[in-house]
Amino acid sequence: MTDPILKIEHVSYTYPEAEEPALRDVTLEIARGSFVAVLGHNGSGKSTLAKTFNGILIPTEGRVLVEGMDTADEDRLLDIRRTVGMVFQNPDNQIVASVVEDDVAFAPENLGVAPKEIRQRVDDALRAVGMYDFRLHAPHLLSGGQKQRVAIAGVLAMRPACIVLDEPTAMLDPIGRREVLATVEELRRERGMTVVLITHHMSECVDADRVIVMNGGRVALDGSPKAVFSQVETMRAEGLAVPETTELIYGLRQGGFDLPLDALSVDECADAIAAIFKKD
Amino acid sequence: MSIIRVENLTHVYSQGTPFEKVAVDNISVEIGRGEILGIIGHTGSGKSTFIQHLNALLKPTSGRVFFDGKDIHASKETARDVRFQVGLVFQYPEYQLFEETVFKDIAFGPKNMGLSEAEIAERVHEAAGFADVPESLLEASPLELSGGQKRRVAIAGVIAMMPQVLILDEPTAGLDPVGRESILQKILDYRRETEGTILLISHSMDDVARLATRLLVFDKGRIAMDGTPAEIFDRAGELKAMGLTVPAATEIALALRRRGVDIPESIYTINYLRKQLVSLREGGGAC
Repeated sequence: MTDPILKIEHVSYTYPEAEEPALRDVTLEIARGSFVAVLGHNGSGKSTLAKTFNGILIPTEGRVLVEGMDTADEDRLLDIRRTVGMVFQNPDNQIVASVVEDDVAFAPENLGVAPKEIRQRVDDALRAVGMYDFRLHAPHLLSGGQKQRVAIAGVLAMRPACIVLDEPTAMLDPIGRREVLATVEELRRERGMTVVLITHHMSECVDADRVIVMNGGRVALDGSPKAVFSQVETMRAEGLAVPETTELIYGLRQGGFDLPLDALSVDECADAIAAIFKKD
Repeated sequence: MSIIRVENLTHVYSQGTPFEKVAVDNISVEIGRGEILGIIGHTGSGKSTFIQHLNALLKPTSGRVFFDGKDIHASKETARDVRFQVGLVFQYPEYQLFEETVFKDIAFGPKNMGLSEAEIAERVHEAAGFADVPESLLEASPLELSGGQKRRVAIAGVIAMMPQVLILDEPTAGLDPVGRESILQKILDYRRETEGTILLISHSMDDVARLATRLLVFDKGRIAMDGTPAEIFDRAGELKAMGLTVPAATEIALALRRRGVDIPESIYTINYLRKQLVSLREGGGAC
């Protein structure tokens, strides 16, 4: 890979007092500007992996390099956190201030950014997530999706090159999910940010450049969404569902339909099935 | 006879203040014994406020709720009894575990019912077994458990009261497909074994489509639709206008119909869609 922003080299991690390691010898590179989805069931190691990306967890073995900086190097921790920002599952646990714009300003203030620059960063971050009009609102009165977008703005205000989202939509309703995913998509498209999305939702991975499936602390599958989801048997063996479109096509193929397994979107899937009936 | 009957239920939050909000707006509905009722609606549609009336956690601003023919607010005793008969599993119940051990947490409900120590112990073991909480965990602290285990403990705590009606608010949120499947299976098992009534609130259309015998769609504090899953998902356009999604199978079926494939409108599971397509092909061309 020509220009990886993250290099994960033979990383293992065992939680204090745990018997089994949560990560076992994981080696990966994340390309700058790419959108990578990480899938896996509960306990597969996917959240642990994400927490090694900005030094929240330091590998027990191996190392993680962020723009060449080793996350184990405490002197570089601030620079590492400025480069890789994290958004977590529960927006209520991530909001600290009683006014939206104060919340977004929290991190840059702590980083010692000049007040004038903070103003600009906060406005810019709130615009990026479509929450500028809410800048003087109280966070606790916002919807789940809006709160999560404020949490994302808080990370953006640090101007990171990479944003890691750990199941950011798990606690949201369908509207909130759509809001957050559209925001993430825009960050990637408009700002060329590197996005790592940890999720259970297969449908959130369809647009990713790359899907990594974790199981038992290891990388079980790694490839384009089409390549990964075509492995229906392997996915099931990993205790994972495949997208409904793949599920249908897989079932139809067993019923004698000649269909490609990689028709992932609803339209692709419908096109492929309709074509068969046209042929008949 | 219906087990729950709701008559002209209205609930207004912060009445008489500038923040006044009508959360439930004159709802009347009957819930039959043994039904698996799916409740859908986006955040703020009134569904959570509604269910909290069914076990007397909230008092109606106006209107009445009957359990087994009795007004649940007739007296303090009736309001208390209904809490044991209508078990409510909140969203993210794992954040509500508070006792020192898993056993004590599951025992909390039965204890409040005034059961003897022996009966309590029996109920805890039974409920734990039912919810797949291993015996070896009963003396552990709830804090030591994984997310999926905590949720099963929380569900066991409600099941231990052996309620006639079990209400679950987003029971599968945040779980992976395997965890989701096991919780849904438990819910079906509970209904089969107890012949109880289940109310399932979910954002996951695929979950309610598979499980429910009847669906209520909430919108702006009212019940906008009431019918079988087939009847409800037939109205995909209206659901989308309310900010709701339809099951993936319905979405694909609609896309196929737009492309001239002649399949029925009311399709809401992948299995059924697959069978329809296979039989359509066997029966000859489609277009």
